[in-house]
Amino acid sequence: MIGLVRRWLGGDSETRDVVVVLAAALLVWEAGVRLLHPSPLILPAPSAIFAAFLETPGLFLRNLGFTLGMTCIGFVLAVVLGVALAVGIVYSRFLERTVYTLLVALNSIPKVALAPLFVIWMGTGPEPKIAIALMLAIFPIVIDMVLGLRSVDPDMLHLARVSKASPWAVLTKIRFPCALPSLFAGMKVAISFALVGAIVGEFVAGSRGIGFQILVAQGQFDTVRVFVSLLLLGFVGTVLFFLVDYAERLSLPWHVSQRARRQRSTDRA
Amino acid sequence: MTTPAPATTSAPATAPYVSLRGVGKTYASPRGPVAALANIDLDIRPREFVSVVGPSGCGKSTLLKLVAGLETASSGDIVVDGRALDGPPDRLGVVFQRDVLLDWRSILDNVLLSIEFTRKPRADERQRAAALLDRFGLAGFEHRFPWELSGGMRQRASICRALLADPELMLMDEPFGALDAMTRDDLNVELAQIWQDTRKTLLFITHSIVEAVFLSDRVVMMGKAPGMIVETIAIDLPRPRRLAVRDSAEFAAYVHRIRHHFAELGIVKE
Repeated sequence: MIGLVRRWLGGDSETRDVVVVLAAALLVWEAGVRLLHPSPLILPAPSAIFAAFLETPGLFLRNLGFTLGMTCIGFVLAVVLGVALAVGIVYSRFLERTVYTLLVALNSIPKVALAPLFVIWMGTGPEPKIAIALMLAIFPIVIDMVLGLRSVDPDMLHLARVSKASPWAVLTKIRFPCALPSLFAGMKVAISFALVGAIVGEFVAGSRGIGFQILVAQGQFDTVRVFVSLLLLGFVGTVLFFLVDYAERLSLPWHVSQRARRQRSTDRA
Repeated sequence: MTTPAPATTSAPATAPYVSLRGVGKTYASPRGPVAALANIDLDIRPREFVSVVGPSGCGKSTLLKLVAGLETASSGDIVVDGRALDGPPDRLGVVFQRDVLLDWRSILDNVLLSIEFTRKPRADERQRAAALLDRFGLAGFEHRFPWELSGGMRQRASICRALLADPELMLMDEPFGALDAMTRDDLNVELAQIWQDTRKTLLFITHSIVEAVFLSDRVVMMGKAPGMIVETIAIDLPRPRRLAVRDSAEFAAYVHRIRHHFAELGIVKE
Protein backbone atom coordinates (compact mmCIF):
# COMPACT_ATOMS: atom_id res chain seq x y z
CA MET A 1 0.00 0.00 0.00
CA ILE A 2 2.70 2.46 1.07
CA GLY A 3 4.86 1.34 -1.83
CA LEU A 4 2.02 2.02 -4.24
CA VAL A 5 1.54 5.56 -2.92
CA ARG A 6 5.25 6.18 -3.09
CA ARG A 7 5.43 4.98 -6.67
CA TRP A 8 2.56 7.25 -7.60
CA LEU A 9 4.21 10.14 -5.80
CA GLY A 10 7.40 9.52 -7.75
CA GLY A 11 5.62 9.58 -11.11
CA ASP A 12 4.75 12.47 -13.42
CA SER A 13 5.23 15.38 -11.05
CA GLU A 14 3.07 17.82 -13.03
CA THR A 15 -0.10 15.71 -12.84
CA ARG A 16 0.68 14.70 -9.27
CA ASP A 17 0.97 18.32 -8.11
CA VAL A 18 -2.32 19.27 -9.76
CA VAL A 19 -4.16 16.32 -8.22
CA VAL A 20 -2.67 16.94 -4.77
CA VAL A 21 -3.57 20.65 -4.79
CA LEU A 22 -7.14 19.99 -5.99
CA ALA A 23 -7.69 17.20 -3.49
CA ALA A 24 -6.36 19.38 -0.68
CA ALA A 25 -8.69 22.24 -1.65
CA LEU A 26 -11.70 19.90 -1.65
CA LEU A 27 -10.68 18.45 1.72
CA VAL A 28 -10.38 21.91 3.28
CA TRP A 29 -13.78 22.82 1.83
CA GLU A 30 -15.40 19.64 3.13
CA ALA A 31 -13.82 20.03 6.57
CA GLY A 32 -14.84 23.70 6.74
CA VAL A 33 -18.47 22.91 5.95
CA ARG A 34 -18.58 20.08 8.49
CA LEU A 35 -16.98 22.18 11.24
CA LEU A 36 -18.70 25.53 10.67
CA HIS A 37 -22.08 24.34 9.39
CA PRO A 38 -22.90 27.14 6.98
CA SER A 39 -26.42 27.12 5.57
CA PRO A 40 -26.58 24.67 2.62
CA LEU A 41 -28.20 27.56 0.74
CA ILE A 42 -24.90 29.43 0.95
CA LEU A 43 -22.26 26.74 0.69
CA PRO A 44 -22.90 23.01 0.32
CA ALA A 45 -20.18 20.46 1.03
CA PRO A 46 -18.32 18.83 -1.90
CA SER A 47 -19.76 15.47 -0.88
CA ALA A 48 -23.32 16.86 -1.16
CA ILE A 49 -22.48 18.37 -4.57
CA PHE A 50 -21.13 15.06 -5.79
CA ALA A 51 -24.24 13.28 -4.50
CA ALA A 52 -26.49 15.77 -6.33
CA PHE A 53 -24.61 15.10 -9.54
CA LEU A 54 -25.09 11.37 -9.13
CA GLU A 55 -28.84 11.81 -8.75
CA THR A 56 -29.24 12.96 -12.35
CA PRO A 57 -25.91 12.52 -14.10
CA GLY A 58 -27.56 12.12 -17.50
CA LEU A 59 -29.31 15.48 -17.25
CA PHE A 60 -26.11 17.32 -16.34
CA LEU A 61 -23.98 15.58 -18.95
CA ARG A 62 -26.55 16.17 -21.72
CA ASN A 63 -26.66 19.87 -20.92
CA LEU A 64 -22.91 19.99 -20.57
CA GLY A 65 -22.63 18.39 -24.00
CA PHE A 66 -24.83 21.08 -25.49
CA THR A 67 -22.79 23.90 -23.94
CA LEU A 68 -19.59 22.19 -25.00
CA GLY A 69 -20.89 21.94 -28.58
CA MET A 70 -21.77 25.65 -28.70
CA THR A 71 -18.36 26.51 -27.25
CA CYS A 72 -16.41 24.38 -29.70
CA ILE A 73 -18.35 25.52 -32.78
CA GLY A 74 -17.95 29.16 -31.72
CA PHE A 75 -14.26 28.62 -31.01
CA VAL A 76 -13.50 26.89 -34.31
CA LEU A 77 -15.36 29.57 -36.26
CA ALA A 78 -13.46 32.24 -34.32
CA VAL A 79 -10.12 30.62 -35.20
CA VAL A 80 -10.97 30.29 -38.90
CA LEU A 81 -12.45 33.77 -39.23
CA GLY A 82 -9.89 35.35 -36.92
CA VAL A 83 -6.91 33.97 -38.83
CA ALA A 84 -8.43 35.04 -42.16
CA LEU A 85 -9.11 38.53 -40.82
CA ALA A 86 -5.60 38.80 -39.38
CA VAL A 87 -4.05 37.84 -42.72
CA GLY A 88 -6.24 40.42 -44.46
CA ILE A 89 -5.30 43.09 -41.95
CA VAL A 90 -1.59 42.41 -42.27
CA TYR A 91 -1.63 42.38 -46.08
CA SER A 92 -4.02 45.26 -46.72
CA ARG A 93 -3.53 48.81 -45.49
CA PHE A 94 -7.21 49.38 -46.23
CA LEU A 95 -8.40 46.49 -44.05
CA GLU A 96 -5.97 47.54 -41.35
CA ARG A 97 -7.42 51.06 -41.26
CA THR A 98 -11.03 49.89 -41.40
CA VAL A 99 -11.59 46.39 -39.99
CA TYR A 100 -8.80 46.46 -37.43
CA THR A 101 -9.81 49.87 -36.07
CA LEU A 102 -13.44 48.74 -35.95
CA LEU A 103 -12.50 45.53 -34.13
CA VAL A 104 -10.50 47.40 -31.54
CA ALA A 105 -13.38 49.83 -31.04
CA LEU A 106 -15.85 46.93 -30.73
CA ASN A 107 -13.57 45.19 -28.28
CA SER A 108 -13.88 48.09 -25.86
CA ILE A 109 -17.67 47.61 -25.60
CA PRO A 110 -18.64 45.07 -22.93
CA LYS A 111 -19.60 42.41 -25.45
CA VAL A 112 -21.76 40.50 -23.00
CA ALA A 113 -24.11 43.49 -23.19
CA LEU A 114 -24.69 42.66 -26.85
CA ALA A 115 -26.11 39.20 -26.05
CA PRO A 116 -29.79 40.31 -25.87
CA LEU A 117 -29.40 41.91 -29.29
CA PHE A 118 -28.21 38.58 -30.71
CA VAL A 119 -31.28 36.87 -29.30
CA ILE A 120 -33.51 39.43 -31.03
CA TRP A 121 -31.65 38.82 -34.28
CA MET A 122 -31.29 35.04 -34.17
CA GLY A 123 -33.93 33.70 -31.82
CA THR A 124 -33.45 31.29 -28.94
CA GLY A 125 -31.86 28.35 -30.78
CA PRO A 126 -28.15 27.47 -30.89
CA GLU A 127 -27.30 30.35 -33.26
CA PRO A 128 -27.04 33.24 -30.76
CA LYS A 129 -24.97 31.05 -28.38
CA ILE A 130 -22.52 30.23 -31.13
CA ALA A 131 -22.48 33.86 -32.24
CA ILE A 132 -21.71 35.17 -28.77
CA ALA A 133 -19.03 32.54 -28.21
CA LEU A 134 -17.54 33.49 -31.59
CA MET A 135 -17.67 37.20 -30.83
CA LEU A 136 -15.92 36.83 -27.50
CA ALA A 137 -13.29 34.40 -28.82
CA ILE A 138 -12.35 36.18 -32.02
CA PHE A 139 -10.69 39.25 -30.50
CA PRO A 140 -7.71 37.63 -28.82
CA ILE A 141 -7.19 35.51 -31.93
CA VAL A 142 -7.17 38.43 -34.36
CA ILE A 143 -5.05 40.65 -32.15
CA ASP A 144 -2.45 37.98 -31.33
CA MET A 145 -2.38 36.68 -34.91
CA VAL A 146 -1.81 40.17 -36.36
CA LEU A 147 1.03 40.65 -33.91
CA GLY A 148 2.48 37.26 -34.81
CA LEU A 149 2.27 37.79 -38.56
CA ARG A 150 4.05 41.10 -38.14
CA SER A 151 6.84 40.00 -35.86
CA VAL A 152 8.95 38.46 -38.59
CA ASP A 153 12.65 39.28 -38.78
CA PRO A 154 12.99 41.98 -41.48
CA ASP A 155 16.11 40.24 -42.80
CA MET A 156 14.04 37.07 -43.29
CA LEU A 157 11.69 39.08 -45.51
CA HIS A 158 14.70 40.58 -47.30
CA LEU A 159 15.93 37.08 -47.95
CA ALA A 160 12.54 36.13 -49.39
CA ARG A 161 12.58 39.15 -51.70
CA VAL A 162 16.09 38.40 -52.90
CA SER A 163 14.96 34.80 -53.60
CA LYS A 164 11.98 36.16 -55.59
CA ALA A 165 9.45 34.58 -53.25
CA SER A 166 5.78 35.12 -54.10
CA PRO A 167 3.56 36.77 -51.47
CA TRP A 168 1.90 33.38 -51.00
CA ALA A 169 5.25 31.70 -50.32
CA VAL A 170 6.14 34.44 -47.83
CA LEU A 171 2.83 33.89 -46.05
CA THR A 172 2.95 30.11 -45.91
CA LYS A 173 6.67 29.54 -45.45
CA ILE A 174 7.58 32.46 -43.18
CA ARG A 175 4.80 34.58 -41.75
CA PHE A 176 2.32 31.85 -40.83
CA PRO A 177 4.72 29.48 -39.04
CA CYS A 178 6.27 32.52 -37.37
CA ALA A 179 2.84 33.56 -36.09
CA LEU A 180 1.86 30.13 -34.73
CA PRO A 181 3.16 30.73 -31.19
CA SER A 182 1.11 33.95 -31.04
CA LEU A 183 -1.91 32.18 -32.51
CA PHE A 184 -1.77 29.54 -29.80
CA ALA A 185 -1.43 32.22 -27.13
CA GLY A 186 -4.58 33.82 -28.53
CA MET A 187 -6.35 30.45 -28.75
CA LYS A 188 -5.66 29.71 -25.09
CA VAL A 189 -7.44 32.92 -24.11
CA ALA A 190 -10.13 32.41 -26.75
CA ILE A 191 -11.18 28.91 -25.66
CA SER A 192 -12.13 30.19 -22.20
CA PHE A 193 -13.89 33.20 -23.73
CA ALA A 194 -15.88 30.91 -26.01
CA LEU A 195 -17.13 28.97 -22.99
CA VAL A 196 -18.12 32.24 -21.30
CA GLY A 197 -19.94 33.28 -24.49
CA ALA A 198 -21.91 30.04 -24.69
CA ILE A 199 -22.99 30.35 -21.05
CA VAL A 200 -23.99 33.99 -21.48
CA GLY A 201 -26.04 32.99 -24.51
CA GLU A 202 -27.85 30.37 -22.43
CA PHE A 203 -28.42 32.85 -19.62
CA VAL A 204 -30.10 35.34 -21.91
CA ALA A 205 -32.41 32.95 -23.67
CA GLY A 206 -32.42 29.20 -23.87
CA SER A 207 -33.87 25.94 -22.74
CA ARG A 208 -30.74 23.82 -22.82
CA GLY A 209 -27.18 23.88 -21.63
CA ILE A 210 -25.34 24.30 -18.35
CA GLY A 211 -26.08 28.03 -18.30
CA PHE A 212 -29.79 27.25 -18.43
CA GLN A 213 -29.37 24.62 -15.68
CA ILE A 214 -27.77 27.25 -13.46
CA LEU A 215 -30.70 29.61 -14.06
CA VAL A 216 -33.25 26.89 -13.23
CA ALA A 217 -31.42 25.87 -10.07
CA GLN A 218 -31.13 29.51 -9.03
CA GLY A 219 -34.90 29.96 -9.46
CA GLN A 220 -35.42 27.03 -7.06
CA PHE A 221 -32.74 28.24 -4.62
CA ASP A 222 -31.11 24.88 -5.28
CA THR A 223 -27.57 25.95 -4.43
CA VAL A 224 -26.23 22.40 -4.64
CA ARG A 225 -27.24 22.06 -8.28
CA VAL A 226 -25.74 25.49 -9.08
CA PHE A 227 -22.48 24.19 -7.65
CA VAL A 228 -22.69 20.96 -9.67
CA SER A 229 -22.97 23.06 -12.83
CA LEU A 230 -20.16 25.39 -11.78
CA LEU A 231 -17.78 22.55 -10.99
CA LEU A 232 -18.63 20.84 -14.28
CA LEU A 233 -17.91 24.11 -16.10
CA GLY A 234 -14.61 24.50 -14.27
CA PHE A 235 -13.65 20.95 -15.19
CA VAL A 236 -14.60 21.33 -18.86
CA GLY A 237 -12.91 24.74 -19.12
CA THR A 238 -9.68 23.29 -17.75
CA VAL A 239 -9.81 20.31 -20.08
CA LEU A 240 -10.41 22.58 -23.10
CA PHE A 241 -7.50 24.80 -22.12
CA PHE A 242 -5.14 21.89 -21.80
CA LEU A 243 -6.31 20.44 -25.10
CA VAL A 244 -5.20 23.68 -26.79
CA ASP A 245 -1.99 23.54 -24.78
CA TYR A 246 -1.42 19.98 -25.94
CA ALA A 247 -2.09 20.92 -29.57
CA GLU A 248 0.48 23.68 -29.17
CA ARG A 249 3.12 21.24 -27.92
CA LEU A 250 2.47 18.96 -30.88
CA SER A 251 2.59 21.81 -33.41
CA LEU A 252 5.53 23.81 -32.08
CA PRO A 253 8.26 21.42 -30.98
CA TRP A 254 10.73 24.03 -32.26
CA HIS A 255 9.50 26.92 -30.14
CA VAL A 256 11.59 28.25 -27.24
CA SER A 257 8.86 27.39 -24.75
CA GLN A 258 8.87 23.72 -25.82
CA ARG A 259 12.59 23.15 -26.25
CA ALA A 260 13.48 22.05 -22.74
CA ARG A 261 11.86 18.67 -23.40
CA ARG A 262 13.79 18.02 -26.56
CA GLN A 263 17.08 19.47 -25.56
CA ARG A 264 17.79 16.91 -22.88
CA SER A 265 19.02 14.42 -25.43
CA THR A 266 20.90 16.79 -27.73
CA ASP A 267 24.48 17.68 -27.09
CA ARG A 268 25.05 21.25 -28.09
CA ALA A 269 27.94 21.84 -30.43
CA MET B 1 37.13 65.69 -44.82
CA THR B 2 38.86 64.83 -48.05
CA THR B 3 37.16 64.60 -51.38
CA PRO B 4 36.10 61.09 -52.31
CA ALA B 5 38.76 59.26 -54.25
CA PRO B 6 37.80 57.71 -57.56
CA ALA B 7 37.08 54.02 -57.19
CA THR B 8 39.07 52.78 -60.14
CA THR B 9 41.55 54.83 -62.09
CA SER B 10 42.49 52.41 -64.84
CA ALA B 11 39.75 51.01 -67.08
CA PRO B 12 39.12 47.36 -66.18
CA ALA B 13 39.80 44.75 -68.81
CA THR B 14 36.28 43.34 -68.53
CA ALA B 15 33.00 45.13 -67.96
CA PRO B 16 32.21 45.44 -64.26
CA TYR B 17 29.58 43.06 -62.90
CA VAL B 18 28.35 45.69 -60.46
CA SER B 19 28.66 49.35 -61.22
CA LEU B 20 27.58 52.29 -59.07
CA ARG B 21 27.74 55.83 -60.43
CA GLY B 22 27.09 58.85 -58.26
CA VAL B 23 24.85 56.81 -55.98
CA GLY B 24 23.32 58.59 -53.01
CA LYS B 25 20.71 57.60 -50.46
CA THR B 26 18.78 60.08 -48.37
CA TYR B 27 16.32 59.10 -45.64
CA ALA B 28 13.50 61.26 -44.38
CA SER B 29 13.65 61.83 -40.64
CA PRO B 30 11.67 64.03 -38.23
CA ARG B 31 14.54 66.53 -38.32
CA GLY B 32 14.67 66.67 -42.09
CA PRO B 33 16.43 64.56 -44.71
CA VAL B 34 19.51 62.62 -43.61
CA ALA B 35 22.10 61.67 -46.19
CA ALA B 36 23.20 58.08 -45.53
CA LEU B 37 25.28 57.74 -48.67
CA ALA B 38 26.61 60.35 -51.05
CA ASN B 39 28.25 60.19 -54.41
CA ILE B 40 29.32 56.54 -54.39
CA ASP B 41 31.29 55.45 -57.44
CA LEU B 42 32.23 51.78 -57.33
CA ASP B 43 32.90 49.08 -59.89
CA ILE B 44 33.15 45.41 -58.98
CA ARG B 45 34.61 43.20 -61.66
CA PRO B 46 33.29 39.72 -62.28
CA ARG B 47 34.77 37.23 -59.78
CA GLU B 48 36.28 39.99 -57.71
CA PHE B 49 36.23 40.01 -53.90
CA VAL B 50 35.58 43.55 -52.69
CA SER B 51 35.27 44.47 -49.03
CA VAL B 52 33.74 47.66 -47.74
CA VAL B 53 35.15 48.66 -44.40
CA GLY B 54 34.10 51.63 -42.33
CA PRO B 55 32.86 52.80 -38.95
CA SER B 56 29.38 52.07 -37.62
CA GLY B 57 26.74 54.21 -39.26
CA CYS B 58 28.75 54.97 -42.39
CA GLY B 59 26.05 53.51 -44.58
CA LYS B 60 27.88 50.37 -45.64
CA SER B 61 24.85 48.19 -44.95
CA THR B 62 22.72 50.66 -46.90
CA LEU B 63 25.15 50.27 -49.78
CA LEU B 64 24.63 46.51 -49.70
CA LYS B 65 20.84 46.86 -49.59
CA LEU B 66 20.99 49.14 -52.62
CA VAL B 67 23.00 46.61 -54.63
CA ALA B 68 20.63 43.85 -53.45
CA GLY B 69 17.72 45.86 -54.85
CA LEU B 70 16.10 45.91 -51.41
CA GLU B 71 16.20 49.70 -51.32
CA THR B 72 16.22 52.22 -54.12
CA ALA B 73 18.90 54.86 -54.50
CA SER B 74 17.88 58.49 -54.11
CA SER B 75 20.30 59.49 -56.83
CA GLY B 76 22.75 57.93 -59.27
CA ASP B 77 22.70 54.67 -61.22
CA ILE B 78 23.31 51.08 -60.22
CA VAL B 79 23.96 48.53 -62.95
CA VAL B 80 24.26 44.81 -62.20
CA ASP B 81 25.21 42.39 -64.95
CA GLY B 82 24.65 45.03 -67.61
CA ARG B 83 21.14 45.95 -66.48
CA ALA B 84 19.94 48.93 -64.49
CA LEU B 85 18.74 47.70 -61.14
CA ASP B 86 15.02 47.31 -60.67
CA GLY B 87 14.42 45.16 -57.60
CA PRO B 88 16.73 42.32 -56.56
CA PRO B 89 18.95 41.17 -59.44
CA ASP B 90 18.84 37.59 -60.68
CA ARG B 91 21.37 35.07 -59.45
CA LEU B 92 21.99 36.83 -56.18
CA GLY B 93 22.91 35.32 -52.83
CA VAL B 94 22.81 37.34 -49.62
CA VAL B 95 24.18 36.58 -46.16
CA PHE B 96 23.13 38.83 -43.30
CA GLN B 97 24.80 39.49 -39.98
CA ARG B 98 22.18 37.35 -38.28
CA ASP B 99 21.75 33.95 -39.85
CA VAL B 100 17.92 34.26 -40.03
CA LEU B 101 17.45 30.50 -40.12
CA LEU B 102 13.87 29.36 -39.58
CA ASP B 103 13.56 27.56 -36.25
CA TRP B 104 10.96 25.08 -37.49
CA ARG B 105 13.04 23.81 -40.39
CA SER B 106 15.96 21.44 -40.19
CA ILE B 107 19.33 22.76 -41.33
CA LEU B 108 18.94 20.99 -44.68
CA ASP B 109 15.46 22.44 -45.20
CA ASN B 110 16.74 25.87 -44.28
CA VAL B 111 19.44 25.61 -46.93
CA LEU B 112 16.84 24.48 -49.48
CA LEU B 113 14.62 27.42 -48.61
CA SER B 114 16.25 29.77 -51.14
CA ILE B 115 14.97 27.44 -53.88
CA GLU B 116 11.74 26.44 -52.14
CA PHE B 117 10.58 30.05 -52.17
CA THR B 118 9.87 29.66 -55.87
CA ARG B 119 9.62 25.92 -56.56
CA LYS B 120 10.08 22.44 -55.18
CA PRO B 121 13.76 21.53 -54.96
CA ARG B 122 14.91 18.72 -57.26
CA ALA B 123 16.68 15.65 -55.98
CA ASP B 124 20.04 16.85 -57.31
CA GLU B 125 19.55 20.15 -55.50
CA ARG B 126 18.94 18.29 -52.27
CA GLN B 127 22.18 16.43 -52.86
CA ARG B 128 23.93 19.69 -53.62
CA ALA B 129 22.65 21.19 -50.39
CA ALA B 130 23.92 18.18 -48.44
CA ALA B 131 27.27 18.42 -50.21
CA LEU B 132 27.55 22.12 -49.38
CA LEU B 133 26.79 21.42 -45.73
CA ASP B 134 29.41 18.69 -45.78
CA ARG B 135 31.93 21.09 -47.24
CA PHE B 136 31.28 23.50 -44.36
CA GLY B 137 31.74 20.78 -41.78
CA LEU B 138 28.04 20.35 -41.11
CA ALA B 139 27.74 16.74 -42.26
CA GLY B 140 25.59 14.91 -39.74
CA PHE B 141 23.76 18.09 -38.77
CA GLU B 142 21.42 18.16 -41.80
CA HIS B 143 18.44 17.04 -39.77
CA ARG B 144 19.21 19.04 -36.65
CA PHE B 145 17.37 22.25 -35.94
CA PRO B 146 19.04 25.68 -35.91
CA TRP B 147 18.69 26.10 -32.17
CA GLU B 148 20.68 22.94 -31.65
CA LEU B 149 23.72 24.48 -33.38
CA SER B 150 26.34 27.01 -32.32
CA GLY B 151 26.45 30.51 -33.80
CA GLY B 152 29.31 29.64 -36.13
CA MET B 153 27.53 26.54 -37.45
CA ARG B 154 24.34 28.50 -37.99
CA GLN B 155 26.16 31.15 -39.99
CA ARG B 156 27.86 28.40 -42.04
CA ALA B 157 24.39 27.04 -42.84
CA SER B 158 23.20 30.47 -43.89
CA ILE B 159 26.20 30.76 -46.24
CA CYS B 160 25.25 27.37 -47.70
CA ARG B 161 21.73 28.67 -48.23
CA ALA B 162 23.06 31.67 -50.15
CA LEU B 163 25.36 29.46 -52.25
CA LEU B 164 22.80 26.76 -53.06
CA ALA B 165 21.22 28.44 -56.08
CA ASP B 166 24.73 28.98 -57.46
CA PRO B 167 24.52 32.79 -57.52
CA GLU B 168 26.70 34.98 -59.69
CA LEU B 169 26.84 37.72 -57.09
CA MET B 170 27.20 37.27 -53.34
CA LEU B 171 26.51 40.06 -50.90
CA MET B 172 27.59 39.58 -47.30
CA ASP B 173 26.62 42.09 -44.64
CA GLU B 174 28.99 41.73 -41.68
CA PRO B 175 28.32 37.98 -41.66
CA PHE B 176 30.87 37.21 -38.95
CA GLY B 177 30.26 40.30 -36.81
CA ALA B 178 28.35 38.43 -34.13
CA LEU B 179 30.82 35.53 -33.81
CA ASP B 180 33.64 35.03 -31.35
CA ALA B 181 37.16 35.75 -32.60
CA MET B 182 38.26 32.13 -33.09
CA THR B 183 35.11 31.08 -34.95
CA ARG B 184 35.49 34.21 -37.01
CA ASP B 185 39.03 33.23 -38.03
CA ASP B 186 37.80 29.77 -39.01
CA LEU B 187 35.04 31.21 -41.14
CA ASN B 188 37.44 33.69 -42.76
CA VAL B 189 39.59 30.79 -43.93
CA GLU B 190 36.59 28.76 -45.07
CA LEU B 191 35.14 31.70 -46.97
CA ALA B 192 38.50 32.43 -48.62
CA GLN B 193 38.64 28.80 -49.74
CA ILE B 194 35.12 28.59 -51.07
CA TRP B 195 35.58 31.87 -52.90
CA GLN B 196 38.82 30.52 -54.40
CA ASP B 197 36.91 27.46 -55.65
CA THR B 198 33.73 29.10 -56.87
CA ARG B 199 34.93 32.61 -57.72
CA LYS B 200 31.71 34.47 -57.11
CA THR B 201 31.62 38.20 -57.49
CA LEU B 202 31.55 39.13 -53.83
CA LEU B 203 30.75 42.31 -51.97
CA PHE B 204 31.65 41.91 -48.32
CA ILE B 205 30.72 44.44 -45.65
CA THR B 206 32.75 44.45 -42.45
CA HIS B 207 34.08 46.73 -39.76
CA SER B 208 37.18 44.62 -39.28
CA ILE B 209 40.19 45.91 -41.22
CA VAL B 210 42.05 42.62 -40.68
CA GLU B 211 39.15 40.61 -42.06
CA ALA B 212 38.84 42.91 -45.07
CA VAL B 213 42.54 42.69 -45.95
CA PHE B 214 42.65 38.94 -45.44
CA LEU B 215 39.72 38.19 -47.73
CA SER B 216 39.72 40.83 -50.41
CA ASP B 217 41.12 41.74 -53.77
CA ARG B 218 40.22 45.31 -53.01
CA VAL B 219 39.24 47.11 -49.83
CA VAL B 220 36.93 50.08 -50.10
CA MET B 221 37.21 52.48 -47.17
CA MET B 222 34.17 54.49 -46.22
CA GLY B 223 33.84 57.59 -44.06
CA LYS B 224 30.68 58.67 -42.37
CA ALA B 225 28.03 61.41 -42.31
CA PRO B 226 27.35 61.20 -45.17
CA GLY B 227 28.80 57.80 -46.06
CA MET B 228 31.21 58.11 -48.93
CA ILE B 229 34.19 56.26 -50.29
CA VAL B 230 37.40 57.79 -48.99
CA GLU B 231 39.91 55.38 -50.49
CA THR B 232 40.16 52.13 -52.40
CA ILE B 233 43.14 49.87 -51.81
CA ALA B 234 44.09 46.86 -53.94
CA ILE B 235 45.30 43.96 -51.80
CA ASP B 236 48.11 42.23 -53.63
CA LEU B 237 48.68 39.21 -51.41
CA PRO B 238 49.20 35.72 -52.84
CA ARG B 239 46.28 33.29 -52.88
CA PRO B 240 45.24 30.88 -51.58
CA ARG B 241 45.58 32.71 -48.29
CA ARG B 242 46.06 30.95 -45.00
CA LEU B 243 45.79 32.56 -41.59
CA ALA B 244 49.59 32.73 -41.46
CA VAL B 245 49.49 35.45 -44.11
CA ARG B 246 48.34 37.75 -41.35
CA ASP B 247 51.79 37.47 -39.76
CA SER B 248 53.53 38.71 -42.88
CA ALA B 249 55.01 42.18 -43.18
CA GLU B 250 52.97 42.99 -46.30
CA PHE B 251 49.73 42.12 -44.52
CA ALA B 252 50.69 44.31 -41.56
CA ALA B 253 51.55 47.12 -43.94
CA TYR B 254 48.11 46.98 -45.57
CA VAL B 255 46.36 46.95 -42.23
CA HIS B 256 48.53 49.78 -41.00
CA ARG B 257 47.89 51.83 -44.11
CA ILE B 258 44.12 51.50 -43.81
CA ARG B 259 44.07 52.15 -40.08
CA HIS B 260 46.40 55.11 -40.49
CA HIS B 261 44.16 56.55 -43.16
CA PHE B 262 41.09 56.18 -40.96
CA ALA B 263 43.04 57.82 -38.14
CA GLU B 264 43.94 60.76 -40.36
CA LEU B 265 40.27 61.21 -41.09
CA GLY B 266 39.56 61.18 -37.37
CA ILE B 267 37.47 57.99 -37.69
CA VAL B 268 39.64 55.75 -35.51
CA LYS B 269 42.25 56.54 -32.87
CA GLU B 270 45.81 55.70 -33.81
